[in-house]
Amino acid sequence: MTTRLLRPLALSALLAASQLGLAANVYVSNEKDNTLSVIDSNTLQVVKTIAVGKRPRGITLSKDGKSLYICASDDNTVQVLDLASGKITHNLPSGEDPEQFALTPDGKTLYIANENNNVVTMIDLASRRVAGQVDVGVEPEGMAVSPDGRWAVNTSETTNMAHWIDTRSRQLVDSTLVDQRPRYARFSADGKQLWVSSEVGGTVSVIDVASRKRIHTIRFAITGIPKDRIQPVGIRLTRDGRYAFVPLGPANHVAVIDAKTFQPLKYLLVGRRVWHAEFSADEKQLWVTNGISNDVSLIDVSEQKVIKSIPVGRYPWGVVVSGS
Amino acid sequence: MPLGHAAGNHPVIAATMTANRNVIARTVIAGTALLLSLAAQAASTIRISYLEETLPPSTALANIEPRPADLGRAGAELAIADNNTTGRFVQQHFELNRIQLPQGASGADMLARLARAGSSLVVLNVSAAAIDRLLQQAAANRYLFFNAGAPDDRLRQRQCRPNLLHPLPGRAMQADALAQYLATRRWNKWFLVTGPKPEDRLYAAAIRRAAKRFGGRIVLEKTWNYGPDARRTAQAEVPVFTQGGDYDVLIVADEAGDFGDYLSYRSWLPRPVAGTQGLTAEGWHPAAEQWGAVQLQNRFRAQSKRPMQAVDYAAWAAVRSVGEAATRTGSGDASKLAAYIRGPEFQLAGFKGRTLSYRPWNGELRQPMLVAQPRSLVSLSPQDGFLHPRTDLDTLGFDAPEVSCKGA
Repeated sequence: MTTRLLRPLALSALLAASQLGLAANVYVSNEKDNTLSVIDSNTLQVVKTIAVGKRPRGITLSKDGKSLYICASDDNTVQVLDLASGKITHNLPSGEDPEQFALTPDGKTLYIANENNNVVTMIDLASRRVAGQVDVGVEPEGMAVSPDGRWAVNTSETTNMAHWIDTRSRQLVDSTLVDQRPRYARFSADGKQLWVSSEVGGTVSVIDVASRKRIHTIRFAITGIPKDRIQPVGIRLTRDGRYAFVPLGPANHVAVIDAKTFQPLKYLLVGRRVWHAEFSADEKQLWVTNGISNDVSLIDVSEQKVIKSIPVGRYPWGVVVSGS
Repeated sequence: MPLGHAAGNHPVIAATMTANRNVIARTVIAGTALLLSLAAQAASTIRISYLEETLPPSTALANIEPRPADLGRAGAELAIADNNTTGRFVQQHFELNRIQLPQGASGADMLARLARAGSSLVVLNVSAAAIDRLLQQAAANRYLFFNAGAPDDRLRQRQCRPNLLHPLPGRAMQADALAQYLATRRWNKWFLVTGPKPEDRLYAAAIRRAAKRFGGRIVLEKTWNYGPDARRTAQAEVPVFTQGGDYDVLIVADEAGDFGDYLSYRSWLPRPVAGTQGLTAEGWHPAAEQWGAVQLQNRFRAQSKRPMQAVDYAAWAAVRSVGEAATRTGSGDASKLAAYIRGPEFQLAGFKGRTLSYRPWNGELRQPMLVAQPRSLVSLSPQDGFLHPRTDLDTLGFDAPEVSCKGA
């Protein structure tokens, strides 16, 4: 079945690539291998493996798309990888144990969650210096910056809150209580909603950005899977506001959610312990990382189908797609 | 619900309503810089008492790891710090009243100290006998107790109380967790070696119960009576002592750690040792690192300069339960917190990959158990395939139909 589906897809991808004049690369951080796997989105093959710092987790592209920022958690640094040469060009100060981070829309500041010491660190990328730190709750984890750059939001896993940092004053000004162990935060494309996943609570909270109040709690149910194995982590929302995709950890499924009614529509079976996700630039593909089965799954977004699994390194954690 | 006690109609809730007004001090922090949507209510201080007994110095085998003087208390203190980090955002402040009494203190003395400390939320790290003496006092029903130190099954089965919760897993949970793992390995023939102390017999009883539940057969059974310090004689004694037939695994019941560590590598047949030594099943282990556990271990180590043990974890869970209830209810009112903790909404994230909650029928905390050897994790129970209509976590310990709380 895979090959039958794959051929037209590869063909259309080639077509798209020839139209765009470039093939996208998919970068996957392998937490236990201290490497990045690079997948060619046309051939769906791993084309390169790049050695990076210890325990790479969160990764994100620079605004110009030329560099990749990498949280090397056990090296207590954020590394900067030049994508053209495949070489680490320099390290940024990050505070202790960086796990996730978010870039401001102007591309100038990184907000980094430091899991071990209950702070968020801001890095000024031009000067490569720490621009400030903000105290947050116990075990900061998820980071998101609103599309207008107004808010940086951090989730703290043991305090169970989304903390709102005003990016102008760089002060924590509000906190919204969510369910147990919030892992990840994502703004909708219009900036009106913040979605926060709670891994142990098993829910996704939809928060109204204007009031900073929870307006809906999304719950999941998959036949044959115990409720407490359904542990949402990553979140991706389509730009048109129609769908959300939420990897559900040890439930080994990705939930497809109607982003308008907040109802889960279907559950796609992927690899084991699925955590993070990223769209291709055209949002036709969604890539998800399966930590325990050491592979990534490729989902066709319009078909809402899993079309291929591609082995990468050990404990794949984060994923980004160039041009996305 | 056949037995047990529905949250809402037990005495602690009503009683603490009146007691609470005196015991929960309220302070209003004026001029806070933070605009908090959560914290429309006035700031409150939530006090939790921690009662422990002064124990004689332990004479554990080989003196490699003496029992830490702050065992349990260190977990409660870490949870106070965790609660306070969260509390900053909702204007709640947590304090621990530490109370230490000599072993054998009377119930009246314990209660008098608790009354003076002024909190109706109490973490106990005392023996089951001390819990009996304390709970026999009529005024004890004004308090909600968290048992972090006594693994005795009777407190969870025949003599459970509406106002006594058990964040510490009882012996039945320990034995069931171990038995499930042995069943997955098909190590079904057990040689049970029981020490001379009363608690060893209680552990052995839990092992017998687990054998029945999960298909183990006790094919050999002996009592170890060689005295507490066999370190010079074990090589001669253990091979002879462990003769008598074939078995898959030797299960030792030696809670004080007097002799159990001498059995591995000295048994007549080359067989693994499990139980209170060798392969153990407990609520926490220094080797736990999954599900964010490494963060908790690091925080604990930085605070207390030693690894976190099961009793520390139980006390941590107790104080975090109060903190979680305070955050969710937005209240510092002890009676509200007690009701919420026992209610159906309560969930505690405990770094074990599952959400933890208290069983309504006997107050024991539902939690995965870590099956481990001294320096590494071996497995996590419940094991796959052990099913339960409610949650597989309830395959460990006493289920509702087994509980008869007549001693209350």
